[in-house]
Amino acid sequence: MAQATETSRDKIDILHFVKANIRDYALLISLLIIMAYFQYSTNGTLFMPVNMTNIILQNSYIVIMALGMLLIIVAGHIDLSVGSVSGFIGAVAAVFMVQWKMDPILSVVVCLALGALIGALQGFFVAFYRIPAFIVTLAGMLVFKGLALTVLGGASVGPFPKEFQLLSSGYVPDFTTFELFGQPFNVLAMVIGLVVTALIVRANFKERSNQLQHSMAEEPNVIFYGRNILIAIGFLGFSYLMARYRGLPNVLIVMFALIVLFTFITTRTTFGRRIYALGGNEKAAKLSGINTERLILLTFTIMGALAGLAGLIFAARLNVATPKAGLGFELDVIAACFIGGAATTGGVGKVVGAVIGAFIMGVMNNGMSIMGIGIDWQQVIKGVVLMLAVFLDVYYKQKQG
Amino acid sequence: MQPILEMRDITKTFPGVKALTNVNLSVMPAEIHAVVGENGAGKSTLMKVLSGVYPDGTFTGKIMFEGKEQKFSAISDSEDIGIIIIHQELALVPLLSIAENLFLGHETAKMGVINWYEAYARTKELLKKVGLNESPDTLITNIGTGKQQLVEIAKALNKKVKLLILDEPTSSLNEKDSDALLELLMEFRAQGISSILITHKLNEVTKVADRITVIRDGSTIDTMDCSDGTVDEDRIIRAMVGRELSDRYPPRHATVGQPVLEVKDWSVYHPHHAERQTIKGVNLTVNAGEVVGIAGLMGAGRTEFAMSLFGRSWGQKITGTVKLHGKEVDVSTIPRAMDAGLAYVTEDRKTYGLVLIDHIKHNITLANLEDVSKRGVIDDIRELQVANGYRRDLAIRSSSVFQKTGNLSGGNQQKVVLSKWLFSGPDVLILDEPTRGIDVGAKYEIYGIINKLAEAGKAVIVISSEMPELLGMSDRIYVMNEGRFVAEMPVAEASQEAIMRAIMRS
Ligand SMILES: Nc1ncnc2c1ncn2[C@@H]1O[C@H](COP(=O)(O)OP(=O)(O)OP(=O)(O)O)[C@@H](O)[C@H]1O
Ligand SMILES: [Mg+2]
Repeated sequence: MAQATETSRDKIDILHFVKANIRDYALLISLLIIMAYFQYSTNGTLFMPVNMTNIILQNSYIVIMALGMLLIIVAGHIDLSVGSVSGFIGAVAAVFMVQWKMDPILSVVVCLALGALIGALQGFFVAFYRIPAFIVTLAGMLVFKGLALTVLGGASVGPFPKEFQLLSSGYVPDFTTFELFGQPFNVLAMVIGLVVTALIVRANFKERSNQLQHSMAEEPNVIFYGRNILIAIGFLGFSYLMARYRGLPNVLIVMFALIVLFTFITTRTTFGRRIYALGGNEKAAKLSGINTERLILLTFTIMGALAGLAGLIFAARLNVATPKAGLGFELDVIAACFIGGAATTGGVGKVVGAVIGAFIMGVMNNGMSIMGIGIDWQQVIKGVVLMLAVFLDVYYKQKQG
Repeated sequence: MQPILEMRDITKTFPGVKALTNVNLSVMPAEIHAVVGENGAGKSTLMKVLSGVYPDGTFTGKIMFEGKEQKFSAISDSEDIGIIIIHQELALVPLLSIAENLFLGHETAKMGVINWYEAYARTKELLKKVGLNESPDTLITNIGTGKQQLVEIAKALNKKVKLLILDEPTSSLNEKDSDALLELLMEFRAQGISSILITHKLNEVTKVADRITVIRDGSTIDTMDCSDGTVDEDRIIRAMVGRELSDRYPPRHATVGQPVLEVKDWSVYHPHHAERQTIKGVNLTVNAGEVVGIAGLMGAGRTEFAMSLFGRSWGQKITGTVKLHGKEVDVSTIPRAMDAGLAYVTEDRKTYGLVLIDHIKHNITLANLEDVSKRGVIDDIRELQVANGYRRDLAIRSSSVFQKTGNLSGGNQQKVVLSKWLFSGPDVLILDEPTRGIDVGAKYEIYGIINKLAEAGKAVIVISSEMPELLGMSDRIYVMNEGRFVAEMPVAEASQEAIMRAIMRS
């Protein structure tokens, strides 16, 4: 008898927990459904190693910018200029390396600094003069689109030096030459995949035991184990696919490191906490002694640097800087954050959400292209998905309220 | 006689919290019915059920109004049959005028065109009824919370009301305005309008209520009839907290020492009207171990003074000097004021005190993240211990420290704000209306905390519109009027009359 009530209570707990975190699950499940759907409708092309690698390469710059955008949106602002800024930085990089023959590493450093400076400049007006970010960055969008054109003289500039191209087209070299099913298999990718999986699962378990010790574990056991198994399958499966093609792309490493860094920043640091407080209630944050102006300035600076990095990666990938580079990126980046659960009113949003949001957009782009759906309908479908995601968000919030 | 309203067996649960369990409430026609109970007892929730904020189906139980069962699916449904609620948190549009707010959604319009002449005339009439002497043109942001409350009441009057629900209407009013409001309720009663009055000011309850329903932990404890003469504050308190509360103000054993805070010639101008001097050369000293009260009417400039002192968070062209422990300090920004040892607990907890979408734990540590982090990385476990500690010490009623502060009852929100500032470890704690909307038991706890601070040699400034509280808690009282300190008296010489005299004389 006692047993029975115990399990039924457990069931209620699980249901309750899932309900309370419905947004997170819905997001992940949507990504899985979308992937399954395209895997089916592209006759298995989606999960081919080469295509998976492609998805990473195609979306890395969106993901990277989404990280910075998330901070800005959580802080209660927006940055419309990221596409133009990334295009502009790509153009400047081309001028540096192709026309002036500057050292690639030095060029990259200067470009990143320039991106940060642009972000800081926009953040300055938002933070200290309280001009709405929407206006400031709309102006920035126009300015840097124009400047990119000017810098390039209206033409495409390229190709880039070999070392620089490695940023986007390079792979982490393997230490052996191993073959699986008669094809080269990148052991290093698999090993790194294993290690990363182990580290993540270990961190999860450590946190779990900490939570249990202080009786703050809210997640039911079943869900916790299920989640970890899913993570393991996901990461191992992914590294396997990478290994079957050419191994781990350099951008993947950069992107992954940034995702880890930004997850850490948002969840564990005082800086991150203050951004959430700022977006949640600016007046209360200010009266709690938080230097809100400096915080806003800093988030925009970070965004600028990331937009710069994204611009470099995109230029390296195309191996040419074009005046059109970066066009419309801001839309994908902002959409990724909102699909990922960030609130338009600020104070809410997760890095994982933004990353998954970016991949939902990325997988859809990729899948629809393979299926041969025209760019026109792709836009329509992406727009509908964004609307749907935000609608569900608002709908559930109202229901819970 | 048939009751006008009967609520039967109302049960309402939120995820993880059972807010109401089989609550019964009946209100007679032309009756003032008080609903009292501790913070988080479920009073506001019950009223939200009654007014359709929580629509039919989200709770169980029956609502009978004028003999008919009612199922509301929205607030407008309850308003249509004459049930009007004024919420604990005001719902006015700050950048619209009083008249515009009054007629929001109820514009006297012909084919969508508003007749503003009529609206203004009607507004004037209504404002007169609630005793508010302001032009209908005045923007809501330009009047204080007290006056905003009166606008809310005027707004309710504008609708055809049969049952008026007031959730802590007087918590932000001074005594005179509160009295006027209670008179108003009695006038309504004479006209046959019933009211439900939720308040933590028990003297009001005994003054005007015909019957009193006490709610504790989400259940009805008792409904008392005031006409039989056995109801007094002690009996109500006993029913509310479930035990005897012998003394309203705990004794303090602090020795008053050297000056901690000395403010000289403090002058401040209005942030938007540079020619208007709001604070006019104020001098104030608070000693170690001392609790100093600032008395004054609404609009005397007490909050403005406190906020300007706390990192210049209010006003402009601020002049004057501030000394802490005898040394002049820089308090020109909030972080600097905090470094110097100041802390300010705001009067308006929703706008200035809390991040409502975040949970208790994050709110408590927000002003002092340094103490729960190392090199910018937060120590989760330590943060949790801190939060749990305050939740226990201040008896913050909540499912856990992970409950959103937006879902807490008003009084418990106040305790979270207080925890935040206690955790910042100040030398001088400025409390602006610290017990507004707080129940008797929790007040006692908060007084105890103030005492502990004083006993630890800290300086405490209490701004309060409740004179009994000032008299009960302070060692010394400054009286403020129109931006000046017009009197200073040790508590032994102070009385409500003396304070009012000082204000009138100035
Ligand atoms: N939306 C919500 N979600 C979860 N819990 C809630 C929500 N609203 C209220 N509660 C909880 O329900 C209980 C009753 O709250 P309620 O606001 O009715 O108290 P109250 O009697 O009005 O207190 P106070 O005197 O402090 O205003 C509290 O424990 C509160 O935390
Ligand atoms: Mg309440």
